[in-house]
Amino acid sequence: MTAPIRSHVFPNGLALVAQPMDWLQSAAFSFLVPAGCVYEPAARLGLASLACEMTLRGAGPRDNRQFVLDLDNLGVVHHAAVSSTRTSYGGAMLAENLPAALAIFADVLRRPHLPAEELEACRQNSLQALHAVEDEPSEKAMIELRRRYFPDPWGRSSLGEEEAVEAIGLEEIRGFFQRQFQPRGTILGVAGRVAWEPLKDLVGELLGGWQPAEGAAIDECPAPGGYLHVPYDSAQTYIGIAYTSVPYRHPDYFRAWGAVGALGGGMSSRLFTEVRERRGLCYSVYATYHTLRDRAGVFCFAGSGAQRAQETLDVTLGELRRLAQGIEASELGRLKARIKTDLIMQQESSFSRSSSIAREWYHIDRARTLDELEQIVDGLTCEDINDYLAQNPPGPFTIVTVGPDELKVNV
Amino acid sequence: MEFLTHALPNGLEIVAECNPEAYSTALMFIVKAGSRDESDENAGVSHFLEHMAFKGTPTRSADDVNRELDEIGSHCNAETSEETTVYYAPVLPEYQTRATELLADILRPALRPSDFETEKQVILEEIQMVEDQPPFGADDKCRAAFFGDHPLARSVLGTLASVGALPVAAMRDYFCRRYAPGNIILAAAGRVDFERMVADCRRVCGDWEPTECGRAVEPARPRNGFQRLARESATQQYLMRMSPGPAARDDDRYAAKVLAMVLGDDSGSRLFWELVDPGIAEVAALNHYEYQGAGVFYTQIHCAPEDADEVYQRAMQIYEAAHAEGITESELQQAKNKARSQLVLASELPSRRMSSVGGDWFYRREYRPLEEDLDLFASIQLSHVADVLRRYSLLEGTTLTIGPE
Repeated sequence: MTAPIRSHVFPNGLALVAQPMDWLQSAAFSFLVPAGCVYEPAARLGLASLACEMTLRGAGPRDNRQFVLDLDNLGVVHHAAVSSTRTSYGGAMLAENLPAALAIFADVLRRPHLPAEELEACRQNSLQALHAVEDEPSEKAMIELRRRYFPDPWGRSSLGEEEAVEAIGLEEIRGFFQRQFQPRGTILGVAGRVAWEPLKDLVGELLGGWQPAEGAAIDECPAPGGYLHVPYDSAQTYIGIAYTSVPYRHPDYFRAWGAVGALGGGMSSRLFTEVRERRGLCYSVYATYHTLRDRAGVFCFAGSGAQRAQETLDVTLGELRRLAQGIEASELGRLKARIKTDLIMQQESSFSRSSSIAREWYHIDRARTLDELEQIVDGLTCEDINDYLAQNPPGPFTIVTVGPDELKVNV
Repeated sequence: MEFLTHALPNGLEIVAECNPEAYSTALMFIVKAGSRDESDENAGVSHFLEHMAFKGTPTRSADDVNRELDEIGSHCNAETSEETTVYYAPVLPEYQTRATELLADILRPALRPSDFETEKQVILEEIQMVEDQPPFGADDKCRAAFFGDHPLARSVLGTLASVGALPVAAMRDYFCRRYAPGNIILAAAGRVDFERMVADCRRVCGDWEPTECGRAVEPARPRNGFQRLARESATQQYLMRMSPGPAARDDDRYAAKVLAMVLGDDSGSRLFWELVDPGIAEVAALNHYEYQGAGVFYTQIHCAPEDADEVYQRAMQIYEAAHAEGITESELQQAKNKARSQLVLASELPSRRMSSVGGDWFYRREYRPLEEDLDLFASIQLSHVADVLRRYSLLEGTTLTIGPE
């Protein structure tokens, strides 16, 4: 039913994966570059974001202004972001402008100016982002939670640390760029009104000659885990809870994911029902799955008025423990209905499809069609999920709270 | 692509842009009930009522509503604004009937007192959460200062005090006045089976009693002013400014959007180059928002507290220059190119077309196909933008800043 997915790995390691969707007028691309903050030296946290910002300040024949002007005139809705493992650049536009946009971003990846005169502006941008999150207690809670749950460097925030950002020099940015911006490990996902052969030829011309490099090695330290309270002057207390799960590539992934869906996705999920609907303890409560290539976690969030935060934490932990007893067929049925809707609606958005296939390639070295994914989801049974839960009951819990008072935690 | 309309005898209207090629169906009920319809006594009731719609009907419990909405795989949600409360569900075409029936049914909520008290706690949590996050409720205060005694001055959320003291009887009274069928539009886009939608809607909503439910739209008399609010615990300074702009029925609203894009879009605009690109401000943006009988140019700036005065001056200098010299032909072209691309991208998603179709009908009782909007943007000239700058002054308005400074 759905169009096939095409892919090609160039000799330099660059993977191109594309989903032609000729019923759309648009096209979109998603570059995943192995330049995340796990590759930062420990004394230079924030380097990846600063390098990303610098790559956008002029590349190839364009200076900073011309770069923005050309993308605007091509009508490219674009974004760049840094996560723990990668720097990503994405854009969506009218399909006829895709080749020109890809050429511009090929310059970003291969020939950025990294201009000395823009460094202070980029540094100020990074510092502004660091300061802004100080005013967002819910975000702060989840950033601290990732840091405590994952072994360093996997839990790092791309925002970095203020002292490090102040100290980063141009040569360090150029060094990071040379090590990490390379074809090996880079994935380009494209979706929308595109023809495969011309696309493959174009990408070959633009990026086929890109030379591989040796990326930085990673030193891992154990995760702190446990409970951390961050005192904060707020009306609510923001609670983050994480526990271990399997990564996307693991054979049990869809079982684990199904359990998390019943726990914290949708309006009839257990957390929404028990914490918000029955008790009115909070406005926002959810659970999400966060998967890296080789490790993963389930992350739960709830925000409650300070005087009711203890009850919210206790009820939430109670639901997490109860999950080990299994889910019911009706819960799985609702989950399947929601995921089927999501999958089919991806066919209406070149943007979401391009990033989905690029992410899948990152995790499993191939991208499945929407039909294949639907079959996997259809084939899930309650027994599968409950077997998984019986063998892997949620826990141990890493907990972070941000708010006026510390809570009583027994983990 | 076909646009169809139908009105039930009780006044409820159904409008849809039907696209047989689409993969999904998006539908929403627009209720003409928002904070501008409230008073000091029931401030926040529209938004609270939106929450109560999900707490059950005479034939469904709250659990039933949530469960059934998930069963049809919808990402159903609702939003309350100054002028409307909307309930929407993007669904697969096979669930069109169930989605229509469910959303229609929850527009006749049971308003059970025990649910009312539990949900009140959720709203109070929501208000606290908003007050913990930038701009710490200051946007409501800016709106109040700008609109003065006009109904658009009212906050959508209300306050801890107004919501805390609201009795269920006041909500019932408000419900009877605002949720009359003549005050409701069902708008849809994507793969819509229109005949079936009309039949489903008639079956569920056909016996809803019509009642008088007008809304007086008085002209706004925007005020000028500057206020500083202290929030010592904040790290950044947050500044917002409202200036008068074209209203929802003014033809120059398109040129106003082009002007806002040139001066304050998040990439390539004058505010961007002056303040964001050099790292002086984290956010510096200008947007145009339209209401019935009023419009607003809204400026938002986030920056370091010590830079706030200078950043504000520089933003105002950008506005002064725009009034003195206008914008350039190349800026106009750049904005038109961006607008065209954004419109086409949005049109590929039925839920975005649903919002456009519903909004056009609510504000202007008109249907605008994508092509018409594209042509309209393409036809905008420098003279149209100059007219907007002549009619509306970005140098007037209300500014509010909150943070440690």
